[in-house]
Amino acid sequence: MDNQKTIKRLADDHGSENLMVVLGATDVEGVEITSETLTMGDPSFSGPLTGVQLGLQVYHILEPVIKAMIPEDLYREKLEMQEMLIDTEALQKSLKKIREESKVINLKSVKE
Amino acid sequence: MFENKKIIVFGERDGVPGPVIVELLQSIGADIVYSVTECFV
Repeated sequence: MDNQKTIKRLADDHGSENLMVVLGATDVEGVEITSETLTMGDPSFSGPLTGVQLGLQVYHILEPVIKAMIPEDLYREKLEMQEMLIDTEALQKSLKKIREESKVINLKSVKE
Repeated sequence: MFENKKIIVFGERDGVPGPVIVELLQSIGADIVYSVTECFV
């Protein structure tokens, strides 16, 4: 809950359109819940982000688009093991869907 | 992709910890404003 409070403050300070989130969790379900919270609001209706649609863009450190930017030797040293343990395809599919929903939220907020 | 963006990092103890993500992103010039290693929800 403290994290939700901090994210809300950062969005107020910097503007949610200027923020991006990078995750490192290994389970797809956990990544989905976190990204939903940061995009559409707290699905458990218990934290400070309840009803707050920040529409943040959320990525995972193991997604190919991030991997492509990181120096290969550093990536191999730090992430190669984790990459073998995680279903990166499922992760990317899930996050892409949530990012599309986030774009819709951001478009709506621009129109309003 | 990270140009003009402030980056929030949520690492996980059993996955990729926050400091590792920060190191990797800083190597490509990302501006990190918050980093934590734990379970978010």
